[in-house]
Amino acid sequence: MKLKTWIAAAGLAGMASMGLADGHGGMVKVGMITTLSGGGAGLGIDVRDGFLLAAKMAGNDHLEIVVEDDQRKPDIAVQLADKMIQSEKVDVLTGIIWSNLAMAVVPAATAQGKIYLSPNAGPSALAGKGCHPNYFNVAWQNDNLHEAAGGYANDAGFKNSFILAPNYPAGQDALTGYKRTYQGELAGEIFTKLGQTDYAAEIAQIRASGADSVFFFLPGGMGISFLKQYADSGLDLPVVGPAFSFDQGILQAVGDAAMGVKNTSQWNKDIDNAANKAFVEAFQAEYGRLPSLYASQGYDTANLLLSAMAKADIKDQDAFLAALKEADFESVRGDFAFAANNHPIQDIYVREVIKEGDVFTNKIIGTALEDHSNVYVDECKM
Amino acid sequence: MTFILFIEQLLNGLQFGVMLFLMAAGLTLVFGVMGLINLAHGSLYMVGAFAAAAVAGWSGSFLLGLAAALAAAAAAGALVEMLVIRRLYDRDHLDQVLATFALILIFSEGTRYIFGSFPLFLDIPDALSGPVILPGGIAYPAYRLAIIVTGLVIAAGLFLLIARTRLGVRIRAGEADREMIAALGVDISRLYTIVFALGAALAGLAGALVGAIQSVQVGMGEPVLILAFVVIVIGGIGSIKGALIGSVLVGLTDTMGKLLLPALFGLFMDNSSAQATGSAIASMLIYILMALVLIWRPQGLFGARA
Repeated sequence: MKLKTWIAAAGLAGMASMGLADGHGGMVKVGMITTLSGGGAGLGIDVRDGFLLAAKMAGNDHLEIVVEDDQRKPDIAVQLADKMIQSEKVDVLTGIIWSNLAMAVVPAATAQGKIYLSPNAGPSALAGKGCHPNYFNVAWQNDNLHEAAGGYANDAGFKNSFILAPNYPAGQDALTGYKRTYQGELAGEIFTKLGQTDYAAEIAQIRASGADSVFFFLPGGMGISFLKQYADSGLDLPVVGPAFSFDQGILQAVGDAAMGVKNTSQWNKDIDNAANKAFVEAFQAEYGRLPSLYASQGYDTANLLLSAMAKADIKDQDAFLAALKEADFESVRGDFAFAANNHPIQDIYVREVIKEGDVFTNKIIGTALEDHSNVYVDECKM
Repeated sequence: MTFILFIEQLLNGLQFGVMLFLMAAGLTLVFGVMGLINLAHGSLYMVGAFAAAAVAGWSGSFLLGLAAALAAAAAAGALVEMLVIRRLYDRDHLDQVLATFALILIFSEGTRYIFGSFPLFLDIPDALSGPVILPGGIAYPAYRLAIIVTGLVIAAGLFLLIARTRLGVRIRAGEADREMIAALGVDISRLYTIVFALGAALAGLAGALVGAIQSVQVGMGEPVLILAFVVIVIGGIGSIKGALIGSVLVGLTDTMGKLLLPALFGLFMDNSSAQATGSAIASMLIYILMALVLIWRPQGLFGARA
């Protein structure tokens, strides 16, 4: 895996010798630390593929990318970040999927003057008091999609939800986000172990609780296991959740169990704009599969970086940060801007899982929140 | 908490335990007979799950997938024994741990090379999908019930195999004194290959059975392997009976802990923090159980050697 990415990086760098400077010049070296093996590998691979695709399409010869696998382990992520900063001398770090890994890497990296662009993890601790001018989240603040799910639950008339999430920063943010907008009662609230794959005990509790709906946040393989077991348990309460458990990379493995489920997302492949059409087509042509939410986030992250490179030199960090903050690029999700704490202001949609031919996918059925920011903006002083 | 929920969780604990037994039995058999610590046992579980998913996807038959899982895992086990493990019997345990850890990486990357990084699809057979209604009005998934039955049948078969058959006599003899049975004309290296393949097939079966209710993905064997080690330490190394009792004990402790501890903390904390604290302690519970057993019986519940 590492070898292949090095070859890709070398290919991109190789073109540099022939290219002409595009106005501002200056090489930008990006260190991508993401999850490429183990249970969460599909997420990291999609972020990486989306990012590399945008870099390839731009053909910008001043961008050099180094990719490493964190194996979803915080200690390895920290080692990799040290290596990227000390010996690779990268200017920009990106790629982390999981909030516990982001908490281990981002504060130290920004304190050393590096820029961090998050293509996924957006823990609340980095949005409020822990915000930093060098830290940008290109995807969402962790609470966002869950707030939208809570809003959808109200619209759908749910009065007694059972909610569950893994016990780690993003899981805690998820339940907080849902409870912030959801107005009904809670039939129960469970924190599961991160990486848990058997949910028989939780499903029995849902059955006994008298709930009228279930909200869950279980990214990656966890969500597949939960949905399959839920479908098999004979429970037929409506399920609502963020896009993570209903995304392109895992829907085929979940199969029929996911059909018709409503989920919330800031992106879908049917969002109607030129940038998104180009992205979906190019991604399918390059990799032979439909892009996922994570791929769209990786793609946007690279395009944000490229937009800043076109305006400023990385050596003038203040100018470069200002250029990043303008977010002057065509996002595949449509309108997008940074709030004061460098987190997105964007629309969040409700999607439904459908089947197109043999392939399970999503279609947008409504907008849950418009121009949505996050509640931590006021706590951020920078 | 209702009585029905309590019984359902007991069944869940039993099902989890039976699944762990299939893993732990092979592991403890190999250690008991050959004195080998095999970290790659979880990879054989993964091989079983992938073989089942691939063949079931291609043929549409879950039973064919199950057969493929047994065959693939046993073949992978026999191959690994002949190519790698055979050279490790006389080395110390650290060498065995290092070599079999390398096997984990080879198996994981090899599987990723063949099947890709995204999870595969393995469905529960139609005949076993959905819940059955047990006496007392408990709706319990038929498939999980089938796992319990399968596991108990295999446990009984394993006892019979070891206690009543010629192969079983040789396995027990190999455990007691390998030089002596070699001197008596038993082909000890073939015996070892058979035992290893048997253990591998059990792991493969567990992988295939569980693959239908969880996701089939690279690295799925490692978390289960850790639990299987806990089971063996609790049950006593080398004992099939210990593996069975230990598995059920671990399964029940884990499931009931997740149910009862948050409720217990809820008596004197607000709901959110009771959930968070209770879940955190529940996930440590089996290790606490292991520590307590080791204090009381350092050789494990049914361990022969201290």
